[in-house]
Amino acid sequence: MSDDTSNPIVVMERVNKYFGSLHVLQDVDLSVDPGEVIVIIGASGSGKSTLIRCINGLEPFQGGAIEVDDHRLVPDGGGRSALQAIRTEVGMVFQQFNLFPHRKVLDNITLAPVKVRGWSWERATENAQRLLERVGIADQADKYPSQLSGGQQQRVAIARSLAMEPRVMLFDEPTSALDPEMIGEVLDVMRELAREGMTMLVVTHEMGFAREVAHRAIYIHGGRIVEQGRPEAVFDNPQNERTQAFLSRVLKH
Amino acid sequence: MELTFQFDWQAAIESIPYLLAGIPWTLLISFGGLAIGFVIGIVFGLLSINPLRPLRWFATAYIEVFRGTPVLVQVLFIFYGLPQVLGGPIDAVTAGIAAIALNAGAYISEIVRGAVQSIDRGQREAGLSLGLSGSQTFWFVIWPQALRRMIPPLGNQAIVSIKDTSLFSVIGVGELVRQGQIYIATTFTALEVYLMVALLYLVITLSLSFLLRLYERRGAASGV
Repeated sequence: MSDDTSNPIVVMERVNKYFGSLHVLQDVDLSVDPGEVIVIIGASGSGKSTLIRCINGLEPFQGGAIEVDDHRLVPDGGGRSALQAIRTEVGMVFQQFNLFPHRKVLDNITLAPVKVRGWSWERATENAQRLLERVGIADQADKYPSQLSGGQQQRVAIARSLAMEPRVMLFDEPTSALDPEMIGEVLDVMRELAREGMTMLVVTHEMGFAREVAHRAIYIHGGRIVEQGRPEAVFDNPQNERTQAFLSRVLKH
Repeated sequence: MELTFQFDWQAAIESIPYLLAGIPWTLLISFGGLAIGFVIGIVFGLLSINPLRPLRWFATAYIEVFRGTPVLVQVLFIFYGLPQVLGGPIDAVTAGIAAIALNAGAYISEIVRGAVQSIDRGQREAGLSLGLSGSQTFWFVIWPQALRRMIPPLGNQAIVSIKDTSLFSVIGVGELVRQGQIYIATTFTALEVYLMVALLYLVITLSLSFLLRLYERRGAASGV
């Protein structure tokens, strides 16, 4: 829910990023309100993943600034203490889950709260159990990630992020590596999270999810935000011809 | 042509106690050297992927020098050469352990580097995105996974190093081969004794292979 009286929780100001000579983000301005759910769409290579990876500093950028909850990141990896603070407040879910294969499900979830937040093992475990229940896999706590299905692994990854009690969640194509029959269970968890008021930036191709859950849809092309608005407006009545071309390709199948 | 050779079973069997006396030295030099070499390998393997270029160069220089020269030359250098500098003799066993440590250390550095670099980038990203520091991410996420991937190549290196200790008979360490040579000098039963020596090396290396396979099977059960 965007709340007009509150300050934005994420602000990107004229962010520019290059991979060598390739200009992957061009003057990106973005302001995200607490509780807002934003879906980011665009062709592969458009810069949509890079954009959210800049927010938690997994990618350095070369121009502009990013502020999360008053912690400010500046170009070329500047603002190291801010970076650490931001990473404890921003959770991220990856396309390939990136669970720690040598740790059991429960130990995947308790690692960061214990090491970063300094929680006792008991408290972290209790919290992890509660989160596993919330994502519907309480019975898998003692298994290794490789013993779970893709959908279950992604739900563990979401629980692992939530264990740090983040204020913002980034999702980088969270369902793209899943078999079709498992996409639903992951989207259900994300839908629930959105309903509880989590601020979310979601890079996805799931147009149905976007329509139903998102407050705003952003279309990126060539590293620029070329169109944004209510999902139904962007999807049903795109103004930019590039958005029209992209959507007609995506929605055709 | 008629073969008149008769395999002297008695000589072969009688040589065994002499040869067995060499085994503790063979094991001490190989596993002592490997233990130190493992520490060297961790340090130099990690230095070789350090962001600081001078450290990387330093590590690479060490690795190239000790991987690119024969271990026999290395031990001769240490045993006969270094005393000229130090002003006193070096114990042959110490020289042997040092040579294995430095030689295996160079190879193990590469094993460590390769294993660490083989861990998927996403693991590091997941650790960092949870708020873990770079070193926490390394020691809690990357390193335990890398360690498991090191086991097979480390086993390989251990077998190579065990066999390398046979070269140290030249500096008079009473290891397996040296014991055999001494025995042969009085009995002239080279074929029988060297066959026994070879079999004893096989017993050591096969035992090691067996233990490693056991460990790997256990690791596979835990899902990594």
